[in-house]
Amino acid sequence: MDIGGVIDYLIGFAIMAMIYAIFALGLNVHWGFTGLFNIGIAGFFALGAYTAALLTSPPPDPDQFEDFIFGGNLANQDLLDLGVDAWFLLGLAAAAVVCGLVALMIGTITLRLNDDYLSIATLGIAESVRFFFLNEKWAANGSKGLYRIPKFLGDVIAPESYDYLYVVVVLVILLILFAAVQRAVRSPWGRVLRAIREDEVATAASGKSVFRFKLQSFVLGSMIMGIGGALFAHHVRFLSPLTFDPLLATFVIWAMLMVGGSGNNIGAVLGAFVVWGIWAGTQFLPGILSDPSFRLFMIGVLIVAIMLLRPGGLLGEWRRIVARSPAHSSDRDPAGPD
Amino acid sequence: MTNQPPILDVRNVTKDFGGVRAVDRCSLRVMPGTITGLIGPNGAGKTTLFNVVAGALAPTSGEIHFDGQSITGLRPHQTFAHGLIRTFQIPRELRRMTVLENLMLVPGRQSGEHLWCSWLTPWKVAREERRTQARALDVLELVNLAQLANELAGNLSGGQKKLLELARTLMAEPKLVLLDEPGAGINRTLLRNLSANIVRASVERNVTFLIIEHDMRFVMTMCDPVIVMANGSVISEGTPSEVQRDPQVLEAYLGGRVSGTA
Repeated sequence: MDIGGVIDYLIGFAIMAMIYAIFALGLNVHWGFTGLFNIGIAGFFALGAYTAALLTSPPPDPDQFEDFIFGGNLANQDLLDLGVDAWFLLGLAAAAVVCGLVALMIGTITLRLNDDYLSIATLGIAESVRFFFLNEKWAANGSKGLYRIPKFLGDVIAPESYDYLYVVVVLVILLILFAAVQRAVRSPWGRVLRAIREDEVATAASGKSVFRFKLQSFVLGSMIMGIGGALFAHHVRFLSPLTFDPLLATFVIWAMLMVGGSGNNIGAVLGAFVVWGIWAGTQFLPGILSDPSFRLFMIGVLIVAIMLLRPGGLLGEWRRIVARSPAHSSDRDPAGPD
Repeated sequence: MTNQPPILDVRNVTKDFGGVRAVDRCSLRVMPGTITGLIGPNGAGKTTLFNVVAGALAPTSGEIHFDGQSITGLRPHQTFAHGLIRTFQIPRELRRMTVLENLMLVPGRQSGEHLWCSWLTPWKVAREERRTQARALDVLELVNLAQLANELAGNLSGGQKKLLELARTLMAEPKLVLLDEPGAGINRTLLRNLSANIVRASVERNVTFLIIEHDMRFVMTMCDPVIVMANGSVISEGTPSEVQRDPQVLEAYLGGRVSGTA
């Protein structure tokens, strides 16, 4: 492989790793900071991706598509030709809003109940979304999938350099989301979330409406996942319901957060790169080692190793130290252990 | 007793768990400014009553009035907003947060608790945080935990966690504090420290206390009046010495009639 090919490969790798990093950030809001056990990431992934794709793709050619009826075709609306690809941003925003509304609905129903109900509901919604797009052909061409999803600035940029542009776009969005999440979780808002994660009863006794904060966290994390899904749609540019199987759209994101460090946003991003690196890198191994089931096995081994050696993940949660009080010491103090 | 209205008025409250009646038509009044003791044998329903008053459990029947308003059936964060705060018999510290963060959580109406404010007016949030932090450090100084401000709360000893629970109540601006066995598992020195803090809060900040405690020396020196519960209802009330002489109280503690249900 020549050097240009290697660079192209690495760019493609970075795009996928950063998209996954966005999902890991969203999951970190849910699980890492609030303790919400969302095992249906694939549902928000799919909803975000389909929302953006359906709004921006051209309408289907009747000769090729019998059932599929919709195509928002925002990409070709003069109305939205504002110099930049406004449709792209609108697609991202719509993906976030749709995921946020679905999260609001599920959350309102389940977040007052025991934690288990949320998990089951998220798992259910993920499968429902997948089967909806599989069976309702009129919505998004069923199992044949959606293609011709437009590129960002597709009429300006040469096809072979699209990834060079797109990697920057994804990076910028990742940085914006990272900064937003970081600021939110380090504010008093995030402190309430972490308190809920530790003990809901004590948090309520400290005057916080546990339900309200859980709902906000659930909606915010899901909106981030929706944006991740939309970015994925404009990268891969082909969507079928099979893309969103629980393995690559839920499990692998959990692996990323566990490996990188739950409760640490840098850890979430790092974990995305490490796990995606192992998943993508192992395909070059010779013989049976590049078999998908072996590659998955490798991720399993990694998770077990991390759990045994560094239970908090590679980075773990950072303790916030404030000045004025002396550095941490194990000395007895007046109120020492009795 | 003065003829002021009571700050807490529990009227005929009953709480059933399935077939078990933990609190049985219990009525009691707590007068403002007092340090009222609540004693009784294990299983008398004291902690359940706390849970009902603070909103952690809804009563099966009966009414609770706080500072002239009905708080019957309100949720814990709502009773907190009325100025009522409680501690837990087994401390519920936020383990993976520092001692300081445990306290900084408590004050109500922090603008940084709104997502939009944390994004759009970070300077305002930062200013509030500095104030909250300074207050939290003062409270930690008061209960002798300042050295441990940056320690994770889960690493504290049992007694230190008790002090943290008390510190949490001091961070709020409560009218009434419900303390559930503040003295359990802490040594004499710490207990004296704790008592001094309770008296100081009571006198300087006019906080009313209702305290469940099994340490009789603590109750008899700190509390007046003392309310005695057994089998889910109040059986005696008065000054510490009156209560100590009440034959019904002796029977409840020593007699075979009462068996623990907790």
